[in-house]
Amino acid sequence: MISAKAKAWIERVQNGRSLYLVGVLIYILAALLLMNWLNQPGLRDAVWYPLVSALAFAAFLGSLLLIYYAPLAGVVKGILGLSILLVLLPFLGIRNTFLLEVATQVGIFAAMALGLNIVVGFAGLLDLGYVAFYAVGAYLWAIFGSPQANIAFGTDRFPLEPEWFFLFLFLAVGVAALTGILLGLPVLRLRGDYLAIVTLAFGEVIRVIVNNLDKPINLTNGPQGIRPVQRPPLFFKPWLSALGIQLDDPTLYALYFYFLVLLVIGFAIWLARRLENSWVGRAWTAIREDELAAQAMGIPLVRMKLAAFATGASFAGAMGMIFAAKQYFINPESFTFMESIGVLVMVIVGGMGSIPGAIVGATVVTILNLQILKGLSLMLNKLRQAGVVIPVIDFPLSQWPTQLEPAKYERLVFGILLILMMILRPQGLIPERRHRMELAEALGREEAAELERLPVEAEKELPPVIPAPEVKPARD
Amino acid sequence: MRRAISQSVLYRAMIVPLIQLVVFVAISLAVIGSTVLILAALFNRPVAGGMTLLQFVIRTLPQVAIDGLVIGFLYAMIALGYTMVYGVLQFINFAHSEIFMVGAFIGVEIMLALAIPSTAPLMLIMAGILLAVAAGMMGSGLLAVAIERIAYRPLRGAPRLVPLISAIGVSFFLQDAVRAIEGLLNNAFYRNYPSFPVLNQQIPLATFTFAGQPVQMQIQAKVIFIIIASLVMLTGLNFVVNATRLGRAIRAVAQDRPTAALMGVNVDRIIMLTFLIGGALGGATGVLFGIRVGRIDPYVGFIPGIKAFTAAVLGGIGNITGAMLGGIVLGVLEGFAGAYLSQFTGGAFGAEYKDIFAFLILILILMFRPTGLLGEMVGQKA
Repeated sequence: MISAKAKAWIERVQNGRSLYLVGVLIYILAALLLMNWLNQPGLRDAVWYPLVSALAFAAFLGSLLLIYYAPLAGVVKGILGLSILLVLLPFLGIRNTFLLEVATQVGIFAAMALGLNIVVGFAGLLDLGYVAFYAVGAYLWAIFGSPQANIAFGTDRFPLEPEWFFLFLFLAVGVAALTGILLGLPVLRLRGDYLAIVTLAFGEVIRVIVNNLDKPINLTNGPQGIRPVQRPPLFFKPWLSALGIQLDDPTLYALYFYFLVLLVIGFAIWLARRLENSWVGRAWTAIREDELAAQAMGIPLVRMKLAAFATGASFAGAMGMIFAAKQYFINPESFTFMESIGVLVMVIVGGMGSIPGAIVGATVVTILNLQILKGLSLMLNKLRQAGVVIPVIDFPLSQWPTQLEPAKYERLVFGILLILMMILRPQGLIPERRHRMELAEALGREEAAELERLPVEAEKELPPVIPAPEVKPARD
Repeated sequence: MRRAISQSVLYRAMIVPLIQLVVFVAISLAVIGSTVLILAALFNRPVAGGMTLLQFVIRTLPQVAIDGLVIGFLYAMIALGYTMVYGVLQFINFAHSEIFMVGAFIGVEIMLALAIPSTAPLMLIMAGILLAVAAGMMGSGLLAVAIERIAYRPLRGAPRLVPLISAIGVSFFLQDAVRAIEGLLNNAFYRNYPSFPVLNQQIPLATFTFAGQPVQMQIQAKVIFIIIASLVMLTGLNFVVNATRLGRAIRAVAQDRPTAALMGVNVDRIIMLTFLIGGALGGATGVLFGIRVGRIDPYVGFIPGIKAFTAAVLGGIGNITGAMLGGIVLGVLEGFAGAYLSQFTGGAFGAEYKDIFAFLILILILMFRPTGLLGEMVGQKA
């Protein structure tokens, strides 16, 4: 009996599967040791610390991707992934709450990217005003979860108690979805690029309204923003102290938001996957691939597009609300066109229509923004103060213009990412499965290995596009 | 015989558009102005300064109209860049607003480098501005061509959203690239156009008496300059598009690219030249815009860009005359909204909301008349 089991074990090892497991475990351990080493108090002042810690954190999160791709049994993958997300990361985070902050932000953006992915990736509708729904969710809770509503409605009932947070989470989903439908109804007749500009305009309209709605009734407090926004209740604090765990409130809140976002994102992934393979998802794909054909097959275009808009919007609404509660303070600055593009960059970097792509894109872009660019800025400042001179060109860093700070150049990074992705790899880092499947069918299984390279080349081979012949009145 | 033809071409390509422009200006001013007057008469009530709303409107109307027209001309010139590219490629050149911004920066650098003293004679100042405009045109035109070559041409066969996303990328890239360059050179990301008292002075146009009080209509000297410059450029563009070989090729490519190619038109070259012309117009507008507002920063192009796009859609995208009409209508509307919104709503909604006007118009036009005011059937193509 035992020998049979051992035999099976050895066979499994020889099959190579367990080797993968060992490899993944070693990787996780190495990343963990690196993170642990970086947590030493003495290292924090080192010049390279911000950059290296960002890369280490990225490597740590990369283990999730490794697990996702490793040829392991589903249960093993689940256990490994959950143990990283539920145990290891929070433990690291208790010692360094900044990590939790970054992880929470990654989660918020990942959920938004998943939502935008439904609109842009599944249904093929380019939405450049996505941040509007985020703003709707954020302001919904910010107004009622702060004394602001008293000013607006002349009562003293507000702020609502923290317990209302969870009810409002559902409300935010509903209100954002409704906003999506209201926006969608008039504009969804438009196609492609017109739709993009109209959604952009809508996003700006929401921002301008929020920015100016401090009169005639002071609903949003204008550019000053709203503070303080009520946080969700720490209902589990007594349980924790009963277990003998003593943590201060900021750490508790950081952990709380982390787990909350994790929960929401788990739900979002589940929902997106279910949608992708449902009849609704197929209808979206059909609309994306060929609107006319989809209509001819009896797909109700407007209803399906509205569904996409509403679903995408609801994700953003929920995340906006969590963001408002987490930040404690919101103002219109957080809801600019820039944010919409940021989420779009995440979707595009990951691969339009791809669920793991959206998450990877969100992780990459958020870490780039929050840690790497800021880390470079910190590094530069430290070098500047230390009076370092760039060797070859003999340029003292102290003369480096203060305007040239990497943290201020998000747009540059976004722009380069968008252009390069479009030119070199329009299908994204992790292309959608359907694209790959279609290609695999077309090419036969043998060439499946070449698939990673092919889509780009296949597009190059296309003849120059010829506009569909149309009957047009002659000009002049 | 030959002379007669060239005369008719001249007439068709230069006089008619100019007359068209004047008619557009007159119609849009008349329609929008009278609407405002009727509204003021309907909701007449006392406002600040011991006047009624109607009196206030009548007193300020001429000035507001002139200001609106100037904005309208600027929008029209930017809109031409969008509309020409759209006509040829059916593609929204999202980066056009940044081409405009780069033009403004080239202009300011030239003006600052020339260092014309602020009390210099008018002719010298004019020469300086013309030089700046020329440099802005050249720089922006070449930039537009370069962008087309690098970021759009490789994507020409791709689905429609791919080049649009690339264009958004270019737009973001240019904003921060200019910011980086300015940061490196001046350690500041904004620049101020030098101001000249000669250009800032108010020239009285007319004085009339209304309700016992004299009302003065006046116009800033630089505004006259901006209007003349835009008229010259709009007419010049009309001439190029309607009366030259190049213009005929552009129109052919816009109408039917494969057939134009079969007829021996070098499509790539025409597309490049379209970007060059559109970019040059954008650059010139950027310089004029900079002279008007004074201070520019790398993000200055975004809002005028969307509004100019709105103007192009309003007039019927792909249609050059339409872009001019759309620009003028939008500029006047916005001028009126900015000036009167606060008075009409009793201070509840101020000039801050004037930006929303453009966006609402965009949404309404696309909902109810996607072909625009003078449009062809392009709604379905989009």
